[in-house]
Amino acid sequence: MNNINFLKPDKSNLNLFLILGLSLVFISIFDVFLSSFFKINATGFLPTSISFLLPLIIGFIGLHFIRIEYSGIRRLDEINKNFNNNNFNAVLSLLIIFIIIKSIPPVLSWTVIDANISGNSKEACTGDGACWTYIKVWLRRFIYGLYPNEEQWRINLSFISLLALGSVGYFATEKFKKYLTLYYVVIYPIIAFLFIFFFISGGPVFFDFSYGIIASVVAIIIGFFVPNKFKLYYFCFVPLAVYLSLNLFILPEEYVELGKLDGLNWVETGAWGGLALTFIVSFFCLIFCFPVGMALALGRRSELPFIKYTSVVFIEFWRGVPLITVLFMSSVMFPMFLPEDFFLDKLVRVIIAISLFEAAYVAEVIRGGLQALPRGQYDAAKSLGMGYWKMHIFVILPQALKLVIPGIANTFLALVKDTPLILVVGLLEIAGMLQMAKTNPKWLGYSMEGYVFAAVVFWIICYAMSKYSYNLEEKYKTER
Amino acid sequence: MENRGIDFGYGFLSQESSFDVQFSLIEYDGSHSYFRAYLVGLLNTILVSVIGIIFATIIGVIVGIARLSSNYLIKNTAAFYVEFFRNIPLLLQIFFWYFAALRALPLPQDTESIMGVFYLTIKGLFIPAFIWENFNIFLYSIIAAVVSIVVIKNYARRKQENEGKQIPVFLISIGLLLILPLLSFLIGGVSLSFEIPVLKKLAKTSYIYEGGVGIPPELIALTLALSLYTATFIAECVRAGIQGVGKGQKEAAASIGLNPNQILKLVVMPQALRIIIPPTTNQYLNLTKNSSLAAAIAYPDLVLVFAGTALMQTGKAIEIVSITMLTYLSLSLSISVLMNWYNKKIAIKEK
Repeated sequence: MNNINFLKPDKSNLNLFLILGLSLVFISIFDVFLSSFFKINATGFLPTSISFLLPLIIGFIGLHFIRIEYSGIRRLDEINKNFNNNNFNAVLSLLIIFIIIKSIPPVLSWTVIDANISGNSKEACTGDGACWTYIKVWLRRFIYGLYPNEEQWRINLSFISLLALGSVGYFATEKFKKYLTLYYVVIYPIIAFLFIFFFISGGPVFFDFSYGIIASVVAIIIGFFVPNKFKLYYFCFVPLAVYLSLNLFILPEEYVELGKLDGLNWVETGAWGGLALTFIVSFFCLIFCFPVGMALALGRRSELPFIKYTSVVFIEFWRGVPLITVLFMSSVMFPMFLPEDFFLDKLVRVIIAISLFEAAYVAEVIRGGLQALPRGQYDAAKSLGMGYWKMHIFVILPQALKLVIPGIANTFLALVKDTPLILVVGLLEIAGMLQMAKTNPKWLGYSMEGYVFAAVVFWIICYAMSKYSYNLEEKYKTER
Repeated sequence: MENRGIDFGYGFLSQESSFDVQFSLIEYDGSHSYFRAYLVGLLNTILVSVIGIIFATIIGVIVGIARLSSNYLIKNTAAFYVEFFRNIPLLLQIFFWYFAALRALPLPQDTESIMGVFYLTIKGLFIPAFIWENFNIFLYSIIAAVVSIVVIKNYARRKQENEGKQIPVFLISIGLLLILPLLSFLIGGVSLSFEIPVLKKLAKTSYIYEGGVGIPPELIALTLALSLYTATFIAECVRAGIQGVGKGQKEAAASIGLNPNQILKLVVMPQALRIIIPPTTNQYLNLTKNSSLAAAIAYPDLVLVFAGTALMQTGKAIEIVSITMLTYLSLSLSISVLMNWYNKKIAIKEK
């Protein structure tokens, strides 16, 4: 089309064409604007098909007139370069502009103008637009699930304190920064588990506090005689180990009743739900799948055939089956293999299933990073006399992990987006609560609002995560 | 297992299943065996995966190329599409299409036809059914066309290698693909007629379409969600692939006088494909596995029919779950074998 030069503007008749072209473009946009915002069809006297296409045709001719190379006007050159560099792009640009203009009024009227937010019942929703009253009334349920209303402060408190504990990394001094990994990989998950188990579920604290305090004090006093080199490791690990071992192994059952946190009711996991459950499941799965995946990745590259092929079979199996069947298996089949008196909560089973599933993906991503490292890095580390673990921890893994930050971010995003699947085994996280609210006889027919709400929530979570991963990528970039 | 009274065995597969399935590609009702029910579920899974893969590839390639467009609007619209659909859980998208978007469609009696033959209603999409006469002659003509295209392609390649002459293979192939089946219509006695769906009144307020093919709304919702979601990932793979081809390659191609179309077809795409294919294979696998979410909106796929209903009836959890997982494993493996074969074909051939 470009070799047709009739009526092609150039610098000598620039102004004439500019006025003509721009006015044509504005007429066409104005026509679409009128018809979509004020329902006025300015070209209604023409046959419908022509009137429908007229803005496109007029706009196209207008754009053709103003397509001048190096006109000397900066704005015009920019427009030509970005929207109007050939006929095909001109038509596409116009179409997209028209679609955007056309779709603004219906979207705006549905979400804002005709929408209702006042009132507390279905009767308040009279407009044609969205019924945000529905979201307002059900918001508590969407966030907390079936958790008893008067106990919801427990969820808030645990999440706020976990967030506070999690942000320790920002305030740690340079000296302690190297122990942060240890903190995030080992200690933080344990604290989080204790918070969730003892606080949100109101489960028994197994030991008498006095025993625990005495044991911890003893542990700390011993700590002062530990050589300086190991002091930090000691303080990080031992009090916690004492606490846990007291909990799990030593104290007899009669302490269970004794040590129960005063005044906290037991809330079984069946009643957890909503966004809080989404966070709990994502959080624990994220934490667990990473080390397992790392171990599998190393296992797959191991020189010992047994370890190697076990990892290969594990990874290929979990990657080959859908998550939904894994969840089915965890809820239907897994309890059959357990010993009679052994009880594992459904939520725990689901978390284990999702973690193992995602670990297989993490393993493949990390393997990619390991493969991308040049052999020289391994040789150099070995020539310094490093053993397998030292080599991997100090030389190989930091570099490999840095390489695969985008891949890991993708897997984590996939994990968060997979959490709604737990509704197929009867755990009602936010998508499950939506399904439940939708079938409530008092509130039939508001599925659209619910899905839009959940979509926005998930979109914000995922978008924030992906932006954070870009940040990390920038931060650890070493090449110039 | 014994002390729980579970007996293990695959004998139940031949028993009568005595449950109905809403939508099946092969003939099936309650008097057929569980194995038949398994086949119904498997075929439905394969159907939705294949349609989803085709649509996702088309949308993904278009959007991936659009993201590299020099047009500011097109580039950003494509980027918006990717960011928007990629960050929302697939299950929610399926629910949205099924429970919100498709439920807003008119009832069968209120709908207006599209082009006189298609009807889009809340009960699904109704399209005309093909009624063939002498279908096998038509099939043979297509096979003959494909075979002769392969022969001509080989001949053209040899001619180009030996004498440097180019034969317009593409035009000839399209011509063959059109002309041979057309000939079979004119001479071979093949005829094709359509059975257009007709609205029929069942009771006072109950209407139904008769004749034609009814595509259930579950299938539409699932296909829409799967292909729109997977297309965003494929678009990113395509973008990465095209960006991965060095700029020097394009400049070199332009400097030996190739036009933009030839550059894309002969220089950029063959190299980009090497980068695109492996990650796209992963996306195909994901799509196939994600089709199991069909169970959530009651589209009768493998998980719903077999791991759901059949398991509920027989209680043979271990057998059924193992069969289901094996089936998905073999589906995944066959896709990756197929794609690996293709990948090997387009890979760099080093001496």
